[in-house]
Amino acid sequence: MDYNPMELMICLASRILEDGSTVVVGTGAPCAAAMLAQKTHAPNLMILFEAGGIGPQLPTMPISVGDSRTFHKAIMASSMPEIMETCQRGLIDYCFLGGAQIDKYGNINSTVIGDFRRPKVRFPGSGGANDLASLCWHTLVITPHDVRRFVEKVDFITTPGYLTGPGARKEAGLPPGTGPYKVITNLCVMGFDDETKQMKVESVHPGITKEDIIKNTGFQLLWDEDLKTSLAPTGQELRILREEVDPMRYIIGRQAS
Amino acid sequence: MSEDLASDVGVGKLFTDPDPDKAREYFRSKSRVMKDKLMDVSQAVSLFISDGDYVAIGGFGTNRIPTAVLHEILRQGKKELGLSGHTATHDFQILAAGGAINRVDVAYVVGLEARGLSKAARRLFEEAHIEVCEWTNAALAWRYRAAAMGIPFMPARVMFGTDTFKYSAAKQIHCPFTGKKLLALPALYPDVAIIHVHRADKFGNAQIDGITVSDFDVARAAKRVILTTERIIDNEEIRKDPSRTLIPYYCVDAVCHVPYGSYPGNMPYEYFSDEEHLRQWLASDGHASTLEPFLQKYVFGTKNFSEYIELCGGWEKLLELRKLEFIHEQEPDQVAM
Repeated sequence: MDYNPMELMICLASRILEDGSTVVVGTGAPCAAAMLAQKTHAPNLMILFEAGGIGPQLPTMPISVGDSRTFHKAIMASSMPEIMETCQRGLIDYCFLGGAQIDKYGNINSTVIGDFRRPKVRFPGSGGANDLASLCWHTLVITPHDVRRFVEKVDFITTPGYLTGPGARKEAGLPPGTGPYKVITNLCVMGFDDETKQMKVESVHPGITKEDIIKNTGFQLLWDEDLKTSLAPTGQELRILREEVDPMRYIIGRQAS
Repeated sequence: MSEDLASDVGVGKLFTDPDPDKAREYFRSKSRVMKDKLMDVSQAVSLFISDGDYVAIGGFGTNRIPTAVLHEILRQGKKELGLSGHTATHDFQILAAGGAINRVDVAYVVGLEARGLSKAARRLFEEAHIEVCEWTNAALAWRYRAAAMGIPFMPARVMFGTDTFKYSAAKQIHCPFTGKKLLALPALYPDVAIIHVHRADKFGNAQIDGITVSDFDVARAAKRVILTTERIIDNEEIRKDPSRTLIPYYCVDAVCHVPYGSYPGNMPYEYFSDEEHLRQWLASDGHASTLEPFLQKYVFGTKNFSEYIELCGGWEKLLELRKLEFIHEQEPDQVAM
């Protein structure tokens, strides 16, 4: 069955979320991935939105993480402090982030390109991203893969990855046991090496070569010894994604790169 | 860790005073009388917002926002306001377009989430017309919480190791019990908070349906509070179910009756956001040449909020947005974004 890169990314992301786990999502691809997971292998996945929605039955894609869809038929319409404190207590397994730049340790920039005081480009800032990546157990990233985004050094660390490497998060004061987990792009899925805490390619998407990935990455990647080919979306995943999750093609109609 | 990130004190400027005793002195003099606070928006803005004030806005950017007050701030030419950018999206866009702000505590500004970035808002930063201090959504929420509690700071476990910390005004401390590193977030007492609610009585006892974002704490942290409300209800209605009161009257200074007051934003259980009009805003604020006539038409050229709503399509538009709010009962092909 034919599929586009965005559909593949959403399917790969959804498979990471286990049944019975908790995830804070934003709008767009992360929300689609969580909805797809709920409708396939993880019916008991608990979805939360940072503005206060807990466990909604999403009727359609939200356009804001605080719009009324995010608590439609929810178990609770709560508050920003309630969500962030639940993360800080250690009850949230996953969060999903994006960003303008990411480095080999998974540090993310969504604040400025160029000098902070006189930026070439100003982006929105952390929002809740820094909080979620500091406090949730696993940080997942979905992003297009190119050399502008995957850089040796981000211009500004908005959101903590593994900072400068092994032990750095704990040393800085972040709760132990947290950190980036997977990075899903239009070319591959990456994890983080246990020893060095650097990004490591785990599976390469069908039709993509190692050279494609190297060419689109601004730093030295590690490669899993047991490098796999990413599993293509199943017919069932694609049907649910297209018919139930995003029938208007708001997300899956977008370019992945 | 690089030297500059190892610092335990943010270099950002603290725009508000976290001293709880100064706040107590203010609250000591605040009226406790349960009196009629109904007034129109222009009165509330001229009475309770002064040039240079630090402002906090309730809701979440394009959801349950006090649009009428934001427009009136522009019409009255308020200047040099400080702003808490606790996911400030369309609200930030309005104040940025009108040149009303000169300093901002940033968690999330400039963007309108999935809709894109406001060029007018970006220009403020890229041309260095605004003083900036970086935070996160949780940090600003907890800064309000500290103020609402009447304490000078709140400890938290976010922002460590990042440039977000470096360019904030937070400080690292150690827990006296566990020895763990903690981030001390200074209490944020806004001069004035502006919050749109579903229902309030004339005294300012207010109810919100759906998520409350940080408005429980915002209403308590602020020295002055302006409420706009979809409906004015009798005090008897408040007393029928007091568990529904989120904001008690003694926090509140002005109550303005503004039906559809969150337009073009979403109001839960009432009406959805007007995506078409928000797109017009984004398209118009790209250049001064298009922004000026746009603001002239929709803000400066209108006397009040009802004239704005009329210009944007009036009753028919509102009915359409009420239908969209109940999107789940419709066929997908009826849904326009």
